[in-house]
Parts: sequence; structure tokens; C-alpha cells
Amino acid sequence: MNIQEFLENFAEQFDDTDAEAFAPETKFRELDEWSSLTALSIIAMVDDEYDVIIKGNDILGSETIQDLYNIVEEKVQSKN
Amino acid sequence: MKENLFSLDGKTVLVTGASSGIGKETAIMCSRMGARVIVTARNADRLSETFGQLNADVDGHAMILADMTVKDDIDRLLSELPALDGLVLCAGNSTTLPLQFGSRDKFDSMFDVNFFAPVELLRLLYKKKILAKGASVVMIASIGGTHSFMPGNGVYGASKAALNSIMKYAAREYSSRRVRVNSICPGMVDTPLIHRGTITEEQLAEDCKKYPLGRYGRTEDIASGVVYLLSDAACWVTGHDLVIDGGFSI
Repeated sequence: MNIQEFLENFAEQFDDTDAEAFAPETKFRELDEWSSLTALSIIAMVDDEYDVIIKGNDILGSETIQDLYNIVEEKVQSKN
Repeated sequence: MKENLFSLDGKTVLVTGASSGIGKETAIMCSRMGARVIVTARNADRLSETFGQLNADVDGHAMILADMTVKDDIDRLLSELPALDGLVLCAGNSTTLPLQFGSRDKFDSMFDVNFFAPVELLRLLYKKKILAKGASVVMIASIGGTHSFMPGNGVYGASKAALNSIMKYAAREYSSRRVRVNSICPGMVDTPLIHRGTITEEQLAEDCKKYPLGRYGRTEDIASGVVYLLSDAACWVTGHDLVIDGGFSI
């Protein structure tokens, strides 16, 4: 997995936010469109695309998209 | 007339999903109300814990380890069961995911556990006449099957709606043997099922405020409804979905 692909998968869960808004350092929970349903979509996307389970607290504990990416990457690696 | 219509004295009741949550509480409460209880679930350690908490003043409690989605397990369960006056179908699972991620395999795994397994068990218990005449069946459905009670619960809710539908058909058909079939639709109940982390504790605390009676359900809130439906007090109640939700769906 790589951050670019993760950013694209992440951005797909939004409808009204410009694609340029998504960068590794983006504080995603501060985006206007962010909601609890978006959080559920991110959890489901990570399950589908990376086959690992993240929790609501992993999202709450992440400030930037990079932070969340790191969590997912670590889970993927510890699985292999 | 019996002195206490709400008592389960002299009744034999099978409880599925008895190793935790609503099933565990239901099994224990039924035994305290006088029933001989047979508990079943998949996890030996947790099922033994439930079994150990059954009211020892009643003789004949039993514990049968079985996975309701495995045919051999169902066959073995059926071969070991005595005649039943009560059946409580508690075994179930939940998932929280937005509908756009609700692929067929997600539906299949939810329906296998929440719908096909209890429906098949009920079918065989009736067909083989293990369910005694006048028996009472209680299915644990959910307000998730009647309302969109929380985002991301569509796959779960659909499985519970299906269960509620079958409940009504079974109630009509099984009335020929005076077997009653009802369901309970709980709101959010504080069980291990809701603390798996997809929804954070903060979100749960916020959601809790939607309940007019000011809290999520406790397992005993649901178990006491089950006891009522199993008891002779409910002998003219069939095909009913009893909502126990702290006022959520008002």
C-alpha cells in the first residue's frame, strides 16, 4: 500500500470536498463534510481495500490522514 | 387457575445465544422464574459461566454446545433435546457499515446468523414436534428492523426485519398446535455487541440521549419481556412484536 492510493480511497468517501483538499497532512476531522457516517465509511473502506479492521478510536486518535495511514499500514504489516 | 400466571414453574425452555448479553440474562431469569433451562451457544467457557448461574433450586438444567449455523450441530442438538415449552432465539450478531459497503457477502453472513439459523432451528423443532403443544417461541428482533435507528445498520436491520416477518407467519401457522410465536424489538441494549469499537464510546454516549427514558436498555429489561411472553400470562398473545426501547420509537 502507499499513501497516494490511500488518499484516493479516503477522498472517495466524500461527496462535496475538492480532491485537492486531501493531502497527508490534512486534518480530516476538521473538514466541513466530516460526519459520523463518513467515519463509518472510512472503517468499511479500510476493511474492503486493506482487509484490516480499524476502530472508531483509531479515527478519533488520528489528527491527519497520514496518522490514520500509519495505523492502517502497521495493521497490514503485522498481519503479514 | 395457577397462583402466579407469570411463573415459569414446570416449563422447559431452550435459550440460544445463552453465553452472553440478552441470551445469558434471559436464561438466568427464566431459571429464577422456575423454568428448567437448556442453554446453548458456541463458546464453552462462557456458556459454562451462564450454566453456573442458573437457579440451582430447579432440577434438570442442561448445557449443549452448538453453532446454530452448522447443520451437524443442529442435528446433535435436536437429538439431545427434551420436549420444549419455550424457545428463546437470542443467538445473533450485528454489523455497522454504510449501505454502499453492504455487498452480498456482508448480507449473507448477517442473514446466516440472524435469520437462517434461528428460522431453521424453529422449523425443525416444530416439524419434529419437539416444541410441545401450547409452547411459546420468542425471537429477539430489533427496532433496527422497524426503524433506521442508527446510521450504518441497514444490513443488520434487514435481517431483523426478515425475522419479524417470519414470526408473524409462524404465529399464524403454528396456532394449529396452539404454539405462540412472538418477538421482542429492543432498542440499544448495553451488551458486548455494542462495545466492539466501530462506534466509539463518545458516540454511544451521545446516541443514548435519543432515548426518552434516559439510558440504553439493560439485558434484564429485555429478559423480563421474554419471561412474560413465555408465561401463561401471555397465553392469548401471538404474532406480536413487543417493543422494549425506553421510548426511542415513540
